[in-house]
Amino acid sequence: MTARLRFRKLVSAVMLSLTGVCAFVAVSVLFFILGYLAFHGGRSLNWDFFTKLPTPVGEAGGGMANAIVGSAKLLLLASLVGVPIGFFGGIYLAEFGRRGAGFVVRYAADLLNGVPSIVIGIFAYALLVLPLKHFSTMAGAFALGVMMIPITLRSTEEFLRSVPRSLREGAMALGASKWRTIVTVIVPAAYRGILTAILLALARVAGETAPLLFTAFNNRFWSPGWRQPTASLPVMIFTYAVAPYDDWHRQAWAAGLVLLGLVLVVNIIARLVLARGISVPRA
Amino acid sequence: MATTSTTVPGAGPRASSRSFLSRLRDGDEIARLLTFLFAATVVLITATLVYQLWVDSVLPRHKFGWKFLVTEVWDPVFDQFGALPFIFGTVVTSAVALLIAVPLGIGAAIFLAELAPRRVSDALTFFIDLLAAVPSVIYGLLGVFILVPLMREVIQPFLRATLGFLPIFSGPGYGVSFLTAGIVLAVMVIPFIISVSREVLMSVPRDVREAALALGATRWESTWKVVVPFARPGIFGSIFLALARALGETMAVTMVIGNTPKIAASLFAPGYSIAAVIANEFTEATGDLYLQSLVELGLVLFLLTFILNGLARLLILLTERRGSGAYA
Repeated sequence: MTARLRFRKLVSAVMLSLTGVCAFVAVSVLFFILGYLAFHGGRSLNWDFFTKLPTPVGEAGGGMANAIVGSAKLLLLASLVGVPIGFFGGIYLAEFGRRGAGFVVRYAADLLNGVPSIVIGIFAYALLVLPLKHFSTMAGAFALGVMMIPITLRSTEEFLRSVPRSLREGAMALGASKWRTIVTVIVPAAYRGILTAILLALARVAGETAPLLFTAFNNRFWSPGWRQPTASLPVMIFTYAVAPYDDWHRQAWAAGLVLLGLVLVVNIIARLVLARGISVPRA
Repeated sequence: MATTSTTVPGAGPRASSRSFLSRLRDGDEIARLLTFLFAATVVLITATLVYQLWVDSVLPRHKFGWKFLVTEVWDPVFDQFGALPFIFGTVVTSAVALLIAVPLGIGAAIFLAELAPRRVSDALTFFIDLLAAVPSVIYGLLGVFILVPLMREVIQPFLRATLGFLPIFSGPGYGVSFLTAGIVLAVMVIPFIISVSREVLMSVPRDVREAALALGATRWESTWKVVVPFARPGIFGSIFLALARALGETMAVTMVIGNTPKIAASLFAPGYSIAAVIANEFTEATGDLYLQSLVELGLVLFLLTFILNGLARLLILLTERRGSGAYA
C-alpha cells in the first residue's frame, strides 16, 4: 500500500513538473523571438532605414521610409472606419439593444471576428479595388478597419456594462435623460477600458499582412494619394524575406524589429499602464 | 424633468414608461437611432461579406459544382481548378499544429491555473498574451530564416534516420514542408490554447478540487481526474478556437510550406494551403474563372472557420455555465 502511495506521489510530482516545463517552453518562445529579432534586426537597423526610399533591385542600401508612412496612413484611415462603428455600435448594444436587434448585431460581430484575414482581403478587393480598378490605400485601410470593428464593438459593450449601476441610477435620479447619462457619466467611467481595447485592436491590425496583399498592394515609392497603392511594413517584410537578395533579408530583419517593437510597446503600455486593474478581454 | 417622476424607484433604467414623444424631446430617441445606425452597419458589412463571397464565386460553382472540393488538379493554363491539394494542405498542417500545441498548451494552462502562485501565473499569462500579439509575418520571417534551415539540416535527417520506416517521415527534405508549416502554426496557436484553457480551468469551483483532495487523491489526480474533466468542454472549445486560427493563418504558412499544389504522404514534402494560394495567386489571376476559383477557396475557408468558431463558443459557454451553475 505504501509502495502504491509512493508511486502515486511520484507520478503526481513528475506530471506537475512537466506542466511547469510546458509553461516554461511557451514563455521562452517569446524571449527567443525577442532576442533573435533584437540581435539580427539591431545589427541591420540604421538611420537610412527610417529616412530613405527603397533602392532599385540589386542596389544595396536604402530604407523603408515610405512603408513606415504607408503603415501610419493605413492605420489612421482604418481607425476612422473601425473606431466609430465599433464605439457607437457598442453603446447601442450596451444601452439600447439588449434583445432582438442587439442579438443580431452581436452575432454578426462575432462572425466577423472569426473571418480569416485573407478573406477580409478578398472582401475589400471585391468592394473597393475591382470597381475602382486600382489597388489603393483606401481599400487596404478599409480591410484593416473592418478587422477592428468586432474588437472595438464587443469591448466597448463590455466596459460600458461593467460601469456600476449606482452611477447610472444616480445620474437618472438627478433628472438627467438617458443620453446625458451615457455621455457625461457612463462613457467617462469606462473610457480607460475602451481606449485600451482600441489600442490593442490597432496593434493587432498593424501587423496584418494578408488583407493588404491585394488591397493596398505595395509601392517602391511614396504613395501619392489615398487612391494609389502604398507600401506598408508587414508587406515589405514579406516581400523582402522571400526575395533572393541578402541586403533585402537584412532590411527584412530591421523592419521586423521595428514592427514587433511597435506592436509590443503598444501592448505593454495598453495592458500595464492604461488598463491597470481592468481585465482586458481577449481579441 | 417632471416626466421622469413616473418611474418606479428600483425598477431600473430600462423600465421607463415615458412616451415616445417625451423621450424624443430628451434626445434619448435620437441617441438610440444614431447608435443603432452604427450597429446596423456591422450587420450590413458582415452580410455584404458573405454575399460577395457567394456571388463572386458563381462561375466555378456552376462549372465544377461539388467536384471542386475533390478535384486534385489546379491548372490555370487549361482552366482546370480543384481545391483538394489546398484543403489537404490546410488540414494536414493544422493537424500537425494541434498535435504539438494541444499537449503543450494544456500542460502550461494546468500549471498556470492550478500550480503557480497567483502573481507568477499573472506575470506568465501577461507574457503569453504578448506572444499572441506577435504579428504572423514575424513568425514567417523567423520560420524562413531559422526553422527552414534547421529542418533541412538537422530535424528532417534525424527523423528520417530514426523513424524513416514510416511513410510520413520519408522522402527528401528541402526544409519547406507540411511539417515546417505545422510547427510554425503550433507556436502561433499555443498562446490561444493556454489563455482560454487557463480561464476555463480557473472557473472550476474550488469545492470540486477540495473534495478530491479530501478523498485522498494526490494533487495530480485531483487535477487530471477531476478538474480537467470538469472543464473538458471548455478546453475543447479552446482547441477549436486554435484550429480555426490555424486554418485561416496565411502569412507564416505561405512563407514556409513550399507552395506546391501536390498531395503527398510524406510530411517532408512541400505543399500548399487554402490561405497561401489565395495570398500568392490572387493578384496574378488572369481570367474570371481563375479569380473566382480563388474566391471560392475563400468561401470554403470562411465556412470552415465559421463552423469551428461556432462550436468553440458553444463549448466554452457550456463550461462556464457549469462552473457558475454549481453555485447557482
